[in-house]
Amino acid sequence: MSAFEEAGEIEIHGVAAEFDNPTALVEATKAAREAGFRHIETYSPYAIEDVHELIPVLNFVPAICLIGGLLGAATAWIMEYGIAAIDYPINVGGRPLYSWPAFIPILFELTVLCAGTFAFFSALALCGFPRPHHPMFNVPQFAHASSSRFFLCIESRDPMFDRRYTAEFLEELEAIGVWEVEDT
Amino acid sequence: MKTAHEFPVEERQRHAARELDPNNSLAVIAPGTSFETVSAQISSIVLTRKTPLFWWAAFSFGVAWVIVFVIALYMILFVGVGVWGIEIPVAWGFAITNFVWWIGIGHAGTLISAILLLLHQSWRNSINRFAEAMTIFAVMCAGMFPLLHLGRSWIFYWILPYPNTMHVQPNFRSPLVWDVFAVSTYFTISLVFWYLGMIPDLATLRDRAPTRLKQRFYCVLSFGWTGSSHEWKLHKSASMLLAALATPLVLSVHTVVSFDFTIAIVPGWHSTIFPPYFVAGAIYSGFAMVLMLCIPLRAVYGLHNLITERHLNNCAKLMLATGLILAYTYAIEPFTAWYGGNKFEMALVHNRAFGPQSWTFWVVILCNVIIPQSLWFYKVRVRPVPLFIVSAVILYGMWLERYMIIITSLDRDFLPSSWSNFVATVWDNLTLYGTVGFFIACFMLFVRFLPMISMAEVRELLPFSKPGGGTLM
Repeated sequence: MSAFEEAGEIEIHGVAAEFDNPTALVEATKAAREAGFRHIETYSPYAIEDVHELIPVLNFVPAICLIGGLLGAATAWIMEYGIAAIDYPINVGGRPLYSWPAFIPILFELTVLCAGTFAFFSALALCGFPRPHHPMFNVPQFAHASSSRFFLCIESRDPMFDRRYTAEFLEELEAIGVWEVEDT
Repeated sequence: MKTAHEFPVEERQRHAARELDPNNSLAVIAPGTSFETVSAQISSIVLTRKTPLFWWAAFSFGVAWVIVFVIALYMILFVGVGVWGIEIPVAWGFAITNFVWWIGIGHAGTLISAILLLLHQSWRNSINRFAEAMTIFAVMCAGMFPLLHLGRSWIFYWILPYPNTMHVQPNFRSPLVWDVFAVSTYFTISLVFWYLGMIPDLATLRDRAPTRLKQRFYCVLSFGWTGSSHEWKLHKSASMLLAALATPLVLSVHTVVSFDFTIAIVPGWHSTIFPPYFVAGAIYSGFAMVLMLCIPLRAVYGLHNLITERHLNNCAKLMLATGLILAYTYAIEPFTAWYGGNKFEMALVHNRAFGPQSWTFWVVILCNVIIPQSLWFYKVRVRPVPLFIVSAVILYGMWLERYMIIITSLDRDFLPSSWSNFVATVWDNLTLYGTVGFFIACFMLFVRFLPMISMAEVRELLPFSKPGGGTLM
């Protein structure tokens, strides 16, 4: 464990374990949860649903998307009613000024436009993007996490976290490598 | 530091046999592909491989036509839209033909990316990225035509509702105004959906970049994606929501385009069958374009393991199905004219089939109904060369169909004294070819600088991608 001792008193983000397959990652995540760790995070090159069951995430994207859709619909209706019936009332072929069936296509389009852009930007914002740097990038092997490797990180803010104990715990799992993650 | 597995997953993936998918003899992803090989294969196209001669040829071809397009733009903007063959009563001419054709092409991209995602058609994972790029560039080309057709394009913003000193506002009862909202929404949603799906792949490019400059470039584009479960959860959630929103959107866009026609009382346009007729035609031509793009790309970049015969077969089947819907509407149009007993409609049917532009009608039947019947044969559906030719024929046939709908309905209006024969000018043709060049140039830049196949989604299709052993989808 000389590598860990050399790191000395540098602030660390956590201890990470590297796996080469998703089965090992999910097993390790389960083991970490059972051991009582709470601030854990997995990193994988594609979405693994089994992990979402182990690491709960507060997902506000659908709610924000709904709010966006409602705002879009309200904007469209107010705009169309306001312009066609109040601001610029013109008689087109004797149709009523408030001819609501003709307002539906634009109402639909603006609903979709606002709901979609709200979903997109809220997902980016809730992920914390743009974020050019992340402590995990300090681990050289982490470059493979976007191609073929799977990482599990137990973060130092976990109440049970202890540098040596956590590292030993991860070593016992089927990891192909365990690293301390510097917090810079 | 220990290796717990006797057989690493890379090796097991490479040796996984075709029998993994017993229900289908054609594999979605060819055997021998692993997490590492798919990442290396796709990212090397952008990062390390020498740009093939084909790319330079196609890109130069596209740019050459963009230059022609700029000259045509100069004529249209400084001389006027009169350089086109448009006149009264054929005021729409090539411009709206091209608009409908291009926007229809985009529809297959959204069908692949959104509708097939909701239907869990996992084979789409290796073709959705470039199909979405196709959508975006096709909608860009489409959007140019109504703007140019306005005549005074520099005051295009008059079509938008905004407080102005003239105290004039758009008429929200007009399908032409609906179109403004439909097309701009379609473009925006397609763009954010495409970009959202690309973020994990841009992170892969960032992590595999051989030079500092490339790393910086993809680092900025990927927003600092790490692939954490938190990010994946939000990413999947937003993707599914966008897919659910894009599904009715794509159907609405060509429906609204068809309203431009069907709300007018012009014979041949004023029909309730137009929305499904247009949507089916859009998807038909869009799949033809998808195949015309993926067949050469597959050959040039050696993507046979990711875009397999299964993909060609499925796209061809969808093309055949939508083509049959289209054939049905071709048959029902003269039937409703006859059954309805409207003499103007009857005259139109006669004019289309036997009038001065009757060749368009018969060529449309040949290209869109007769030749595509060859897709009933398995050999045609999975062989690149015949499929490419059939796709090209369909793409031409679909352009001609829109031309026929517009020209033959307008040139014989209710007043025989105003009848005319539309003749396209050289500028009509050059604007059309110019947008084709613009499309090719944009698409080639996309192929060169962005991941053209979704690596993250292809990984989900690989053996052992699901914890426990199977594939994720």
